[in-house]
Amino acid sequence: MSQDIKKQTQNLKSFFKKKILSITNEKSEITVTFDQKNIIPALKSLRDKPEFNFKQLIDLCGVDYQEYKFAALDGKRFCVVYHLLSLKNNTRLRVKVFADDDEFPLFPTSTTIWPNADWYEREAFDLFGLMFVDHPDLRRLLTDYGFVGHPFRKDFPMIGKVEVRYDPTLKRVIYEPVSIEERNNVPRLIRDEGIHRG
Amino acid sequence: MREFIVAEIKNYTMNFGPQHPAAHGVLRLVLEMDGEVIQRVDPHIGLLHRATEKLAENRTYLQSVPYMDRLDYVSMMMNEHAYVMTIEKLLKINVPIRAQYIRVMFDEITRILNHLLWLGAHALDVGAMTVFLYAFREREDLFDCYEAVSGARMHAAYYRPGGVYRDLPTKMPQFEASKTKSASEIKKLNKNRTGSLLDFIEDFSNRFPANVDEYETLLTDNRIWKQRTVGIGVVDPDRAIALGLTGPMLRGSGVEWDLRKKQPYETYNEFNFKIPIGKEGDCYDRYLVRMEEMRESNKIIKQCIDWLRTNPGPVISSDNKVTPPSRTEMKEDMESMIHHFKLFTEGFHIPKGEAYAAVEHPKGEFGTYIISDGANKPYRLKIRAPGFPHLAAINEMTKGHMLSDLVAIIGTQDIVFGEIDR
Repeated sequence: MSQDIKKQTQNLKSFFKKKILSITNEKSEITVTFDQKNIIPALKSLRDKPEFNFKQLIDLCGVDYQEYKFAALDGKRFCVVYHLLSLKNNTRLRVKVFADDDEFPLFPTSTTIWPNADWYEREAFDLFGLMFVDHPDLRRLLTDYGFVGHPFRKDFPMIGKVEVRYDPTLKRVIYEPVSIEERNNVPRLIRDEGIHRG
Repeated sequence: MREFIVAEIKNYTMNFGPQHPAAHGVLRLVLEMDGEVIQRVDPHIGLLHRATEKLAENRTYLQSVPYMDRLDYVSMMMNEHAYVMTIEKLLKINVPIRAQYIRVMFDEITRILNHLLWLGAHALDVGAMTVFLYAFREREDLFDCYEAVSGARMHAAYYRPGGVYRDLPTKMPQFEASKTKSASEIKKLNKNRTGSLLDFIEDFSNRFPANVDEYETLLTDNRIWKQRTVGIGVVDPDRAIALGLTGPMLRGSGVEWDLRKKQPYETYNEFNFKIPIGKEGDCYDRYLVRMEEMRESNKIIKQCIDWLRTNPGPVISSDNKVTPPSRTEMKEDMESMIHHFKLFTEGFHIPKGEAYAAVEHPKGEFGTYIISDGANKPYRLKIRAPGFPHLAAINEMTKGHMLSDLVAIIGTQDIVFGEIDR
């Protein structure tokens, strides 16, 4: 297995050369980072070149690195993570790309490469507000009709911003600012020594 | 010009769901119809969205285990399995071999549990009522296994990082006499519950192949069933891969891919079982694949029982930084007390890093991706639900089919909203 990982890393390095911003091998999982302008051609060759043959997009998700203690990539905030699977070579690969602009994160769409990226990108747009340029149908997917904001961003409160109730006088369901308070029983702690000892 | 106007009137939009009995939960479809032929399907999902991933970011790793049960609520333990496997990968802890066998056994029990519900619901959608009742009869026994081992019939929270919560019980719970059940009736009900849980599961696995035959007599050669499923929702292998289909949806199209064989986790490489694949990629082939999978799962369960009978041992890692000490230890030993307190208040910390681990879920590849920043809570948890790309493919699968075939296609996709909406 480790031999395969080494070979795969070598293949990636020799094919993409300087286009790779970083390549890491952690727990037998390879992560490659590309930058915005190279990502689409890179994904295309990852799908089509026989030595990679990543015909299946297993997962695509957004990540918000705003509160991440270790600056992700030059402190950029939004990231899209692709998980690829090659059935022929029996290999997996993780590809990352960061948005250049934190205020208005733009990403090129990968729907032309894998058709199932359509819904994944809609989901990432819905939950993180990532804009996929040239996506054929970038609508919200999981949240309510008329929802405001992007709930999985780190600055979005866990309890949400509005609540709904039925108003008997207006005879319809109305939206109001939330009345509950956020409750956190276990503080978030980061210990420097890694695995918590004691 | 006149013809054009007539054509425009013929096309209309129809709403399907969200409270439709064949929608398997809360699926809303906006259908564009030409007469009775479907032109376009636009699924509106998210009506069961609970933001599990966001909730997990605010809870310790252990507190999120029960949330996993509630994702795909017909194959509960498999969801936990992917989650705890990711944590184990990040922590680099070893799971005792007995726990791995128990996990495999319950994974396969869960697979049968899931396929039985799928079979019943699919047949019911297409118009066969009896299969549903038969399938639920066997599901009841499997729920009893869940209950015996974890105390809960459905949402078990049995898999824990480092192993499983406890060893298999040596005594199977029994029915008790009541006003509605006489002593002789109780005796009959308790007949296969006199021994341990393993005896009960063994009894089940001996009975089960005959039960599958029973379902097959109802459906496999049934003319109506074939008319409703053969040639419906055909996906060719290359397209199935491109659409991100996994599990029986992919194997039904003739692609030989099963994580249990190709990327074995736990002890799957030690079992003797086969991977059924389809040929045509239609609903009927996917039905046959899943029926065969139930038989193969039963074989794996049998092999697990044989192993588990002869190999006692620990079922959870002894690393008390991750797993709680036993109750007796906790009451006598100061250090164990501290471990216990720390684990259940602060929780364990996972070193900075990220990992993805996936299992062959009854529906396809179920994986979790965790990014950790060294805290006691995940920085980001992403759940890769198999049903999500399946439902995304529904537009392509139903195009040109009749409205009644849509129901068969929803059935064959084995849709459960808990995992799609998360």
